[in-house]
Amino acid sequence: MSSLRAPALAAFGLIAFLLFWEAMPRLGLINPAFLPPPSTIPAAFLNEIRLGVWGEAVWSSLSHYLVGLVVGAGAGIALGIVVGMFRGFEALTAWIVRLLRPIPGLAWVPFAIIWFGVQPSAAVFIIAIGVFWIVFFATQGAVRGVDRDLIEVAQAFGFRSAWSRLTKILLPAATPGILVGLRTALGQAWMAVVAAEIFGVPGVGARMMQASSLLSTDIVVVYMLTMAGLYGLFDTGFVALQGWLLRWRA
Amino acid sequence: MDPIIDIRGLSLAYERDGIRNVILSDLDLAIARGEFVVIVGESGVGKSTVLRVLIGLAEPSGGTVRLATREGCRTPMALVFQDARLLPWRRVIANVAFGLEGSGLSKAQRLAKAQEMLILVGLGDLGQRWPHQLSGGQRQRVAIARALAVDPDVLLMDEPFSALDSFTREGLQDELQRIQATTGKTILFVTHDIDEAVTLADRVVVLAGSPGRVAADMTIDVPRPRLRRDTALTDAARMLRAELSGRSAEL
Repeated sequence: MSSLRAPALAAFGLIAFLLFWEAMPRLGLINPAFLPPPSTIPAAFLNEIRLGVWGEAVWSSLSHYLVGLVVGAGAGIALGIVVGMFRGFEALTAWIVRLLRPIPGLAWVPFAIIWFGVQPSAAVFIIAIGVFWIVFFATQGAVRGVDRDLIEVAQAFGFRSAWSRLTKILLPAATPGILVGLRTALGQAWMAVVAAEIFGVPGVGARMMQASSLLSTDIVVVYMLTMAGLYGLFDTGFVALQGWLLRWRA
Repeated sequence: MDPIIDIRGLSLAYERDGIRNVILSDLDLAIARGEFVVIVGESGVGKSTVLRVLIGLAEPSGGTVRLATREGCRTPMALVFQDARLLPWRRVIANVAFGLEGSGLSKAQRLAKAQEMLILVGLGDLGQRWPHQLSGGQRQRVAIARALAVDPDVLLMDEPFSALDSFTREGLQDELQRIQATTGKTILFVTHDIDEAVTLADRVVVLAGSPGRVAADMTIDVPRPRLRRDTALTDAARMLRAELSGRSAEL
């Protein structure tokens, strides 16, 4: 059965990887304080849950993630549409975009702390900035790329206002492109979560920094895997949503 | 009776890269209510431009267009494009209902009207399909249903069958004649296919020259339903061909 071969190989690869990882500290090739063997992770995980730290950290990280995502994506879609629809607006913003675009999200950390303090809103701000640019460019490109012929259809049926052009043609036609941007942003925002929390806003990132300063590397690994799991969950959910929204495609 | 469309001295020109392109110049065309008029002519002669001016997709640079369509009708005319141009994210029935949005009808009324039109074009069962699940001929039927749904006074058709295979094309030509007999719509139809023109038209208008003008205006006095290869039709086609080749020899 060749259809089972690929998953079997994948499982084998993962097991081999875990065995190798387990062997390195156990054979004394690496100091276990620097790299905990995977067999110690479940116990560390259960302990974090028992202490209530895991749930709390995950909950606050998720709230930063979701709020940052909604704010950044909302602003990115809205501005991307306006710039994509109106040439004048594109010209107006062209150099502002050129100026601000290359600044990495993390470079905003000093201002985030000055403006918001070491507060959840600072983390949300950092996350939203990263998401904004990705979604903004995806939306602008998707709106601009809409087939002129379809816009003519709307005009021919008397829908001539900018608003009806947007709701009847541009937005549905641009949805596939916007969703591609959103999916990229979904991953980008996870990176921003850790980065934003490392400077002290409570959450998964902050808990990892705390654990690492105590050399509790097993706890660090617990949260690394937690993030991998959560990202996988969100991405799977998003792909399902995307498939449903784009069910009209061949 | 007043013509439903009265075009006088229509011209259209635009400038691109400093070069002035004149598409139409001083074109006169009157169409009577209920008439099936077919415009023929070579590519680039401005046939489609006439339709685009009428539907408001192109701005004429001179002349007048007088319409005797119903007062206050939001969509006095509807256009069927060469390619169906269905909105791929809408199911077939929602595509047909498209032009009815903003007409004040409730959603249920719009869908009922759309279903009625789908039945008229013979696709009553396919309302829940997506456009990509239809054949080319079916898509063009949906486009016709979409145009008829807004109940226009004039149906404009821009080479609607030219991308279809000949079986499908002839089927749709028959269908269109039946639809016109049922609805009594005024139809202004553009094609470069002479046989199609004589099969469908009450009157064939030949557009020729650059810029395009009306070079000939020929009534096809053959009773309907028409039989393909009817000698009266083939004679008319022969005369039209002579007209067209004579014109192009002059140019």
